[in-house]
Amino acid sequence: MDDPYDVIIVGGGVVGCFIARALSRYRVRVLLLERESDVCSGTSKANTAIVHAGYDAKPGTLKAALNVAGNRMYDQVCAELDVPFHRCGTYVVALTEEDLYTLDDLYHRGMQNGVSGMRIISGEEMRRVEPLVNPDARGALYAPTGGIVDPFLLTIAAAENAVLNGVHLRLETEVTDLIRQNGRIVGVSTNRGQIFGRFVINAAGLHADQLMAKAGVHGFTITPRKGEYYVFDREKSRVRTVLFPCPTPISKGILVTPTTHGNTLIGPNAVDIRDKEDVTVTPEGLEEVFAGAQRLVPTLERRDVIAVFAGLRASGSTGDFLIEAPAQAPGLINVAGIESPGLTAAPAIAEFVLDLLRECGLALLEKANYNPIRRSPPRFSELSHREKAALIAQDARYGRIVCRCETVTEGEIVAAIHAPVPARTYDALKRRTRLGAGRCQGGFDTPRVIHILARELGLPPTAITKKGPGSEFVVRKTKEWDGNEKV
Amino acid sequence: MLKTLSYDVVVIGGGPGGLAAAIAARERGAERVCIIERAEELGGILQQCIHNGFGLEVLGTDLPGPAYAQHFITRVYQAGVQTLLDTMVLEVTPQRVLYATNARDGILEIEAGAVVFSMGCRERTRGALAIPGTRPAGVYTAGTAQRLVNIEGYMPGRRFVILGSGDIGMIMARRLTLEGAQVERVLEIVPYLSGLKRNYVQCLQDFGIPLQLSHTVREIKGNKRVEAVVAVAVDERWQPIPGSEEVIPCDTLLLSVGLIPENELSRRLGIAMDPVTGGPIVDEGMGTSLSGFFAAGNVVHVYDLVDWVTMAGEVAGRSAAAYALGMAPASVYRLRVVAGDNVRYVVPHLFHPESLAQGPQQLQLRVREPIEEKVQVILEADGVEIWRKTERYVRPGEMVTVKLMPDLYDRLKPASTLTVSVRKPR
Amino acid sequence: MTDKASLICITCPMGCRLDVTVEGDKVVSVEGQACKRGLAYAQDEITDPRRVVTTTVRVVNGRHPLLPVYTERPFPKHQIFPLLQELRRVTVMAPVRAGQVILANALGTGINVLASRDMPLREEPCVS
Repeated sequence: MDDPYDVIIVGGGVVGCFIARALSRYRVRVLLLERESDVCSGTSKANTAIVHAGYDAKPGTLKAALNVAGNRMYDQVCAELDVPFHRCGTYVVALTEEDLYTLDDLYHRGMQNGVSGMRIISGEEMRRVEPLVNPDARGALYAPTGGIVDPFLLTIAAAENAVLNGVHLRLETEVTDLIRQNGRIVGVSTNRGQIFGRFVINAAGLHADQLMAKAGVHGFTITPRKGEYYVFDREKSRVRTVLFPCPTPISKGILVTPTTHGNTLIGPNAVDIRDKEDVTVTPEGLEEVFAGAQRLVPTLERRDVIAVFAGLRASGSTGDFLIEAPAQAPGLINVAGIESPGLTAAPAIAEFVLDLLRECGLALLEKANYNPIRRSPPRFSELSHREKAALIAQDARYGRIVCRCETVTEGEIVAAIHAPVPARTYDALKRRTRLGAGRCQGGFDTPRVIHILARELGLPPTAITKKGPGSEFVVRKTKEWDGNEKV
Repeated sequence: MLKTLSYDVVVIGGGPGGLAAAIAARERGAERVCIIERAEELGGILQQCIHNGFGLEVLGTDLPGPAYAQHFITRVYQAGVQTLLDTMVLEVTPQRVLYATNARDGILEIEAGAVVFSMGCRERTRGALAIPGTRPAGVYTAGTAQRLVNIEGYMPGRRFVILGSGDIGMIMARRLTLEGAQVERVLEIVPYLSGLKRNYVQCLQDFGIPLQLSHTVREIKGNKRVEAVVAVAVDERWQPIPGSEEVIPCDTLLLSVGLIPENELSRRLGIAMDPVTGGPIVDEGMGTSLSGFFAAGNVVHVYDLVDWVTMAGEVAGRSAAAYALGMAPASVYRLRVVAGDNVRYVVPHLFHPESLAQGPQQLQLRVREPIEEKVQVILEADGVEIWRKTERYVRPGEMVTVKLMPDLYDRLKPASTLTVSVRKPR
Repeated sequence: MTDKASLICITCPMGCRLDVTVEGDKVVSVEGQACKRGLAYAQDEITDPRRVVTTTVRVVNGRHPLLPVYTERPFPKHQIFPLLQELRRVTVMAPVRAGQVILANALGTGINVLASRDMPLREEPCVS
């Protein structure tokens, strides 16, 4: 039996990974658990990728405070982690007379929350900034502190930085129960056995309510709120700015935004469902999202769509984030109900959790050798011709293009497979390298990637998966059929 | 340092169009001709099209895809064409400087007297169709599955549903059946077959694979791997008919729902494009709007037969060589070729009547709607009929070829537009 | 006694619809063909249907693990699956030349199965 950990974090989403990274600065033994084959496999991988300014949340809530605090940390965090982040500003567009009043409300809420630099601009100015906006735009709330980030790279980079600073990571490890001794939570039961730790942080996203219930903490429930999205071809239907409609009581509305990679993304709608695994895209949802986005940008074209997907928000029953050390379960820290603006707030949530841990008696002493800097592996497509030539001279595999839409090389793929947080599936590679994220959606690269993954992992091609066990790409060799097998 | 190279004609893409262009460029007198191919061998998609049906028009014999490719690959090497394999073109400048990369040379800077684009096409994906449902493993384009089965040697599933009755879809239905898989059904959203009739006979009918016209996939089910698809009947406007849903258990969905010319390089150069074909606007010499750039094959529009791609490649290769050698005919003026009644598009888009001095020229078109009876293909110069021919039928899946004979020169010379229509006889 | 049959000719991409009149196993008349190949096709299709069979066989040390092959002539339709079963047992050594006989006199039909392409020896990929 290993020595017990000081902290076990359940859930490798953006929140869990940032808590891991924050803790890796100190002399504590930390374990990060993720049930899927990769970090960033739940809500963190399917969202709008916006760093919100902070005018949405109700003043006085944790959401409001941590949104604004998290937003302020983004420049430093993304610089340290070498992650694409553009503080490009965001616009809430008023299309009706009534909307103009909503802009005023948002502005005042933003002021109370401490959002700096907001300005209400005219419809004319809005059209100048974004010529594709609906010509009926009457005005907009401009928030210069808003921005866009790559949520995959951010989460993965935080996890990598944590691992490089000594955090242990176990993938495909699902927590099934909490272990309680003498009234304290002292560890977790998993599909791979029991693991002991002084503190267990419940960052289980959609499942955080079930986990806290196992510790006897009831009353807080999480409803999966589905949001559906479209992604457009980079060369087409391209917007320059983040455009929100005026919000509704349950959602910020269907928005139109560029991604850090230059694709336009539209969505999400907001549908409360029951099944926490149900990321089904529905015909009705797709209709709703397209119609909603066309109100902001009427020229969007369906033929330019390259992908659709759905994500689930972990919507808490109090309407606010729940971050607490529950009295009924000493040793447990709940970090639950982290829906939007959770991505923005994540770095601030991590600091908040550290304060809670200190209050609970965990001594956090700084490490001498903590390194907050994590360098992204080379991205071939972003280099100059000379830099590319130099890279290939060092490692010939950077001269072999595997994904031609996004210009991803074998060198980048191999590097990702052997990174501190290893990519062992196709989707994990896609999140790190943008492989298959372009217009052909993996049509050309999939056979080669299966081959590379098999070679690097020492597995047969039949064991290579899209997203973990059960999602294998191929079932047998073509010539293995004996002529008798029947389906 | 970048390694630098210089050629008279650089052909991007070593599929059937590129192979023919390179051979023709050498025959037309270009000394230094090079094919840049991203795969480790020439032949393009033909290497995975192991079925027969290639070559009747050009070689007078019916060959499998790899055998057809082999014929031209052998000729390419005999002709002294150089090749850069496993090499990807990253950038092309309007001054015809190409940047390409491979593992051996790093980054290559290549000067070209003329450039032929022959990058082929890619398949339309699930994302482009926005098929609702989950996103599990087991959804493949037919071409990706074809590569896995025929070249890599792995079966992508055991129990298949195929969406789209294009030729690749039907051919894969047979191929998978021959290798022991179960093909449950082929679904086609339009009320007629997308591919060739003979493929329906020898790929579906021979093996008892059901084809459902006016049907599509409403939903994909399964979280990790496909578990089923929901098929649904559609009305004339392709809208699902409520109540017609049927769950078909399967582990794989293949998509054969259309091909899109691969024109990212051309688009970035600002070459004028045809929104209908998805390819560049070309003249009868396969010249694009940018001087010194030519295009051949599926990069221009999606052909039904490889033989036509070879012929288009020959035209493009000859034009490129003439340009590189400074022997291109001075452009006098050009007719606009217009798609008329029941014609979706016509290629070439622009036409020099002077070209008829060199011999007959070809127009190729696709119709919008099938007509399963005798129809007339009619040419009008500035609205006046100048020629007509009768076809036994027309189908969107099958191109119609019009041979313009030199004797039409006098009628075409004074005109500014040439309209092509397909009509039922009165 | 005469029967009518409707066939689609698969000899070329035109796909002519053939209206065939049959007496016993003899074709009496064919209508609808654009060329004389249609006539021969109809006769064969009624009495002895055949198809060109294309598939792959295993290849050792080749650039790819499989070699595409085809029957040099149309093969009796009812023997397609037995032929495939036979070819599943075949493994060839690279290099192979296009047109090389991979299986001679397949199932005693007198029809050879040929390699569709050259299959060169595998080269080790260059890694620095």
